[in-house]
Amino acid sequence: MKRENFLWNAIKMGLLGGVITIFICLVGMTEIFSKRAVIEKVLTLGQFVLLATIIAAGFLAARRTADLSGRKEPVLGLTAGLVAGLVAGLVLALLVFLGFQVNLRAIFLNASTPLYNLLTFGKGEGYIWPLPLIGAGAGLIGALLLLIPDVYRRPLTRGLIFTFFMALFSNLFRVVMINQKGGVAKAAKYLFGQTGLTVEGALIFFITVVVIAYLWNLRGKEVQARFSRLPKRGQLSLRVLALLLILYIAAVLPTVSGPFIAQVIVTVALFILMGLGLNITLGFAGLLDLGFVAFYAIGAYTVGLLTSYGPFGLQHVSFWVAVPIAVLVAMLAGAVLGLPVLGVRGDYLAIATLGFGEIVRLLAGSDFLAKYFGGPQGIIGIQKPCIGTLGAFVRVDVPRVCNGIELGTVQTIYYVAIISALLIAFVAWRLRESRLGRAWMAIREDEDVAEALGVNLIQTKLLAYILGAAFAGLGGAIFATLIGSIFATSMQLLVSINVVALIVVGGMGSIPGVIVGAIALVGLPELLREVSEFRFLLYGAMLIFMMIAKPEGLWPSTAAKRELHHADAENVTAESMV
Amino acid sequence: MTDILTAKKVTKRFGGLVAVNSVDFHIPEKSIVSIIGPNGAGKTTFFNCITGFGKPDEGEILFEGTPIQRLRPDQITRLGISRTYQNIRLFADMTALENILVGEHAFLHSSWISSVLSLPGVIQEEKMALAEAQRLLDFVGLRNKGDMLARNLPYGAQRRLEIARALATKPKLLLLDEPSAGMNPRESEDLTVFIRRLRDEMGITILLIEHHMRVVMGISEAVTVLDYGEKIAEGTPAEIQSNPRVIEAYLGRGAATEGMSTAHERHSSSKKSS
Repeated sequence: MKRENFLWNAIKMGLLGGVITIFICLVGMTEIFSKRAVIEKVLTLGQFVLLATIIAAGFLAARRTADLSGRKEPVLGLTAGLVAGLVAGLVLALLVFLGFQVNLRAIFLNASTPLYNLLTFGKGEGYIWPLPLIGAGAGLIGALLLLIPDVYRRPLTRGLIFTFFMALFSNLFRVVMINQKGGVAKAAKYLFGQTGLTVEGALIFFITVVVIAYLWNLRGKEVQARFSRLPKRGQLSLRVLALLLILYIAAVLPTVSGPFIAQVIVTVALFILMGLGLNITLGFAGLLDLGFVAFYAIGAYTVGLLTSYGPFGLQHVSFWVAVPIAVLVAMLAGAVLGLPVLGVRGDYLAIATLGFGEIVRLLAGSDFLAKYFGGPQGIIGIQKPCIGTLGAFVRVDVPRVCNGIELGTVQTIYYVAIISALLIAFVAWRLRESRLGRAWMAIREDEDVAEALGVNLIQTKLLAYILGAAFAGLGGAIFATLIGSIFATSMQLLVSINVVALIVVGGMGSIPGVIVGAIALVGLPELLREVSEFRFLLYGAMLIFMMIAKPEGLWPSTAAKRELHHADAENVTAESMV
Repeated sequence: MTDILTAKKVTKRFGGLVAVNSVDFHIPEKSIVSIIGPNGAGKTTFFNCITGFGKPDEGEILFEGTPIQRLRPDQITRLGISRTYQNIRLFADMTALENILVGEHAFLHSSWISSVLSLPGVIQEEKMALAEAQRLLDFVGLRNKGDMLARNLPYGAQRRLEIARALATKPKLLLLDEPSAGMNPRESEDLTVFIRRLRDEMGITILLIEHHMRVVMGISEAVTVLDYGEKIAEGTPAEIQSNPRVIEAYLGRGAATEGMSTAHERHSSSKKSS
């Protein structure tokens, strides 16, 4: 074993970690994140991000050392972690030192005095020396995380991750709990600070999760076994119970959470609708569509034109009539897009569909068609859905009256969005299991062979476009009524790319994957306002990380799982034969 | 016996290259016929002309009296022609069972709406499709492998799965493109038996492209030899083995004196090593 090699490796890892911390500082993340606490008065989010980077460097350095020596040698591993952390800390300290000597602001806008103050804990130039020490400590922690046995590491990391998530979303939980008044509100004030957790809260969450995770490690298998030993009806009723609980939570959520969270969930639901649509064309049939937002726009504009009482409203039909029409129009648009690009494959298909998306957006926003679609002014005054009869209205300047329940707020449209998303998820699932779904997958795998097996390519591909467009059209229709107005500018290419990204991150062709992807890529950034400034930076980082670490997605489709099951089954039979 | 397939003066060009040149060809019903020829002789191109992958530039192909040279591949498949591929082309990320179910596509009729609503007819149809797929899996000896991804099956199983998938389209004529490629003598022997069963038990006419002369000579009732896109010989295996033009095509001029069978064995073994 080469000892000098392991030290050099640790130094390299430390340098890398240091460079990343500098990057984080210089893009301004540290400063903005510092306004938010993870644990109140102890740790800000800005500090946490830097610390986490150095801990990761220490962890990786220790792992490399273990790889090099072929086994886990505690002393070497800890040294490696310590060195890596120290180096990373030194690099960061160097930045601060330089910053005090030279004005870096000319090049790096964010290399400002507040940043240095943050990094020296407000104590000024003389306080650079703690940085390498803290770095070394963080590196040690990273190495320790690797070296402690699995039984403890898992609960510990889970506890850390859970606590961090609670801290990130603390204001969310806080608002929900404080709205409950009484004891719950008091508990909220005890656990959550203005931003982040209180010290007590952090400890409670951390310890609870660690204990639960540790016990699960010991007993988890047993519990699972007990569950599978239950009679079929018992299992079923437990599942039904869990489902009912989830449904109940979903049903009461908007009333307790307030409009903001309802808004976020509706946005996620709309992206789930689009994601499920694109999942048919891209995930099932393998036809990349980079202009998917076009169908969303078409759905939205159709509802807008049919229900608006603004200047561009053509008709004033009820929302419930307008939605099916919007879906049909979107399907028609899917066919119109599908026909010319049927023979186009691969990269060319991506470019052709990209063009389609842009054409729709530009036409909708153009002066040329402004007398129909409102041009840059968009379409305003779109009706809210009304359960009950609508009062007749003919004059555009008189808002119509709803004799019944009007779904006028975000919290009520929430139900429309959620039910639509669930319904469409169900439809997508049925489609995938059908004859048509199999034909789509065959086309994705090998178009020529599929055709040679009797699959009509034209018909099958067209159906993929049409049904995908239908789902997106429904999303657009709900979007239009949610916002009450639509503008061509909100139908950017970025939306299409977002949808592609969420499918890739969730897992191509997987329906739960779409939901998970939408929550991760749309929901989380909406909830974390501080993050929104760095949204695309984190997006990119996450996509790269996913492609390297988990290319099949967060929740891969069932084929892969079925295969795993099969492998398990084979092992079992092999064992039983022995 | 009537002919199930008749090709009249079929020509296929790629730019200046004439891959198949005015080939006349016919397959009697319920027979086993082979096409042989050196590499690049146009065998696979001829296959592609029959299955609609590459439309012939000239000539006519009649399947049970119907001209098929202008039809799409899926339409030809529906008429009753199915094929396998020289380099296995399974749907790698789908399970074995799903691969076969795709083969049944043409015979299922449920529309997407009825599938979404899961109407009783659809359920019934799916049940029957699944039973049929299972039966075909059993037939090719892949019982219990239905849930495995096609990519994870061993090579020989992939070959058999591909045949099962082709059978799922209920073909009257099955085109096998080098089915014994990569097989050892023992496996080739099994394959020969299997191909006979297809004909005898299911009444399927078989057209083979093969390099293994042992397989070709063992089961073919008629052999057609292609060289540079032209048909140079046609007849029973015995006739082909003694045909000087065939020997010349395989070994070049001057080698015609050598024994045919050994020459072919040499040829096929050199193929394998290359």
